[in-house]
Amino acid sequence: MWTGDGMNAYELIVSILYSIDVYDLLLDAFRSAGMEYALRVIIVLVELAVLFGFVLITVMFLTWMERKVVAMVQSRYGPMVTGPRGLLQPVMDGIKLIGKEDIIPAGADRWIFTLAPFVVFVAALLVFIPLPFGYSLIISDLKVGLLYIIAISAVSPVAILLAGWASNNKYSLMGAMRAVAQDISYTIPLALAAIAVVVFTGSLSTVDIVNAQSGTLFGIIPKWFIFITPLGFILFLIASIAEMGRIPFDFQESEQELVAGFFTEYSGMKFAMFFLAEYAHLFAVSGIVVTLFFGGWTGPVLGNIPVQITSLIYFLIKTYAVIFFAMWLRDTVPRVRIDQLLNLGWKIMVPLALLNLLFAGFVVTAGVI
Amino acid sequence: METEQLLLNMGPVHPSTHGVLRFKLRMDGEIIRDCQVVMGYLHRGTEKLGEMKTYLQFVPYTDRLDYIAAMPNNYAYVKAVEELAGIEVPERAEFIRVLCMELNRVVNHLVFLGSLLLDLGASTPIMYGFREREKALQLFEMLCGARMTFNYIKPGGVREDLPEGFIPKLNEFMKDMEKRVDDYEQLINGNEIFLLRMKNIGVISAEEAVNYGMTGPSLRGSGVKYDIRRLEPYSIYPDLDFKVCSYPEGDSYARYMVRIDEMRESLHILRQVADNMPPGKAATTQRYGIAPETGIPSSVMSYFPRIFTPPPGEVYSRIEAPKGELGFYVVSDGTTKPYRIKIRSPSFCNLVAIPSMIVGLKIPDLIAAFGTIDVVLGDVDR
Repeated sequence: MWTGDGMNAYELIVSILYSIDVYDLLLDAFRSAGMEYALRVIIVLVELAVLFGFVLITVMFLTWMERKVVAMVQSRYGPMVTGPRGLLQPVMDGIKLIGKEDIIPAGADRWIFTLAPFVVFVAALLVFIPLPFGYSLIISDLKVGLLYIIAISAVSPVAILLAGWASNNKYSLMGAMRAVAQDISYTIPLALAAIAVVVFTGSLSTVDIVNAQSGTLFGIIPKWFIFITPLGFILFLIASIAEMGRIPFDFQESEQELVAGFFTEYSGMKFAMFFLAEYAHLFAVSGIVVTLFFGGWTGPVLGNIPVQITSLIYFLIKTYAVIFFAMWLRDTVPRVRIDQLLNLGWKIMVPLALLNLLFAGFVVTAGVI
Repeated sequence: METEQLLLNMGPVHPSTHGVLRFKLRMDGEIIRDCQVVMGYLHRGTEKLGEMKTYLQFVPYTDRLDYIAAMPNNYAYVKAVEELAGIEVPERAEFIRVLCMELNRVVNHLVFLGSLLLDLGASTPIMYGFREREKALQLFEMLCGARMTFNYIKPGGVREDLPEGFIPKLNEFMKDMEKRVDDYEQLINGNEIFLLRMKNIGVISAEEAVNYGMTGPSLRGSGVKYDIRRLEPYSIYPDLDFKVCSYPEGDSYARYMVRIDEMRESLHILRQVADNMPPGKAATTQRYGIAPETGIPSSVMSYFPRIFTPPPGEVYSRIEAPKGELGFYVVSDGTTKPYRIKIRSPSFCNLVAIPSMIVGLKIPDLIAAFGTIDVVLGDVDR
């Protein structure tokens, strides 16, 4: 009953309401009041509230997971006191951050200083719009989904530059400058590696990209793009870790050099916003990696469990695997130097990404897939 | 476009200055054009305090110099006092002292390894380093009850003899540690990012390093085989078999490798000392000039008095501490307190070479080079 093709979350909610015979009643009620549009607005708001709640809970879980993974690698326990195995630690951290004094430095540009964390957070949230969490679990299947994601990712460096500039702190400014330099050099290989995937699918829509990866290659291995273009995957992964600003590429904060980089002067909830944005971004980027290279939510169909549920589970498993990799990497390697990173970006990754694009063109022309 | 140089005050409160140290940097974007090291934020007047204390009372103050490795500090001062007063030390005491110092060298290099990698952004090695250090600290705790500030080595010997079961535990530690050093090498030395950050960074030539008065592993990283344990042997070092580790490159990586090799050499020394530990007393049994005004014998070391008066004179005695040459210049005027104490600390002399290493490089290189110099601010400022 829920298998309308090309549905998004809005249509899914409508069809669920319809199947339990509530939708017509609601529609009649709103129609009689002459406010048919209000129902639509309410459904969209519910949709966004679910997404927002999901992101918040995910972020809280990720901060806990990060600490546990670090602890695992470093042969210690990590948080253990608040809640079972320290699961409530993020809640306590949140309470602590809310209770903190909100300090704005004397020489800071008050408006921009206050605005920057919100811009960063909103940009991180917007990436979730065209992200397919599962079969028909997508807020909006944009025709230009991939382009949209890359474009939105370019907003956060602007906000970081705002934050760094407005803080009136030399470390913040240097962190912000680094973030911009890093982003400019990494968006290009990131986009080029993603374009190789677009060459295969012929569509920028994330749903189309996922659908193109269902089925198998040679009958055994799943038809994920990682198996078709492993080079593209590696380039995309490196570029997205640089994009996320995590070790080994966390120049914008680089604690040991710039104290805390662009958010040196932030405290309390404004600091928490950066923190939330960072982990929301981590999840979003990992989700994009899964969508582009690991077949998104595709996976074996299990009996009569609704495909919406199984696909969501497949998506989460794959995404958390990528997240785990990013966390593992953070605990294993030191940080490279900013100029070494730029060298890597311009002199190695851009040419390789172009080569990968050429390869994708050959594969498509030869009709392999 | 017109650009302006930026004056950046790095420290005294900064995550990577290992304490309260300040760098005044003149930056051209990310590039350091000029660097000035500003120290003195941790000055406690230790040398002046020494003039107010009796010879024995000053020993705990030496613990607070290089608090990562306090045993060599104890020893360097005690050695100076013993030379001044002509105190004989039993052989067993010397063995225990060397054992403590070499164990402390391992501890120091573990902390060095961890904090260097932490400075480079890898957060895991410091946990591994501290895990092993904990075992060594437990050994120290067995010896004297303290984990960092020991006050263990005293004129005439050591405060207490080895406790029961110490040598087996030490052997256990050494066996474990030898494997761990191999682990570190495997985990760290082959890491491309680590090599990118360390090779050809912070290069200092042998000549320049000598001119700056650098000593210890930092100097040996420039290819100068300068080790006081060999050049001016003291204690039981002439009888021990060990190599003086050095690398000719003079870059951060060489300084790091010297310390990794030294950990192995220290373990080798520890093994020799533990296997050949002679029987006997752990402190002298001779009586030395008891101060006439008190005449109270010490309760801890029943023969050696708490207060004693060395004959007037002066002595400079130096040892190879984990960070370099540690020297104590002690002047006696024939009273119960020293007339003057001057400390030549390795961290201070090594630190001043930093500007010549990093001008023209970037902030991350400053952090890396500074990490390989391995300073402790308690030792720099005294």
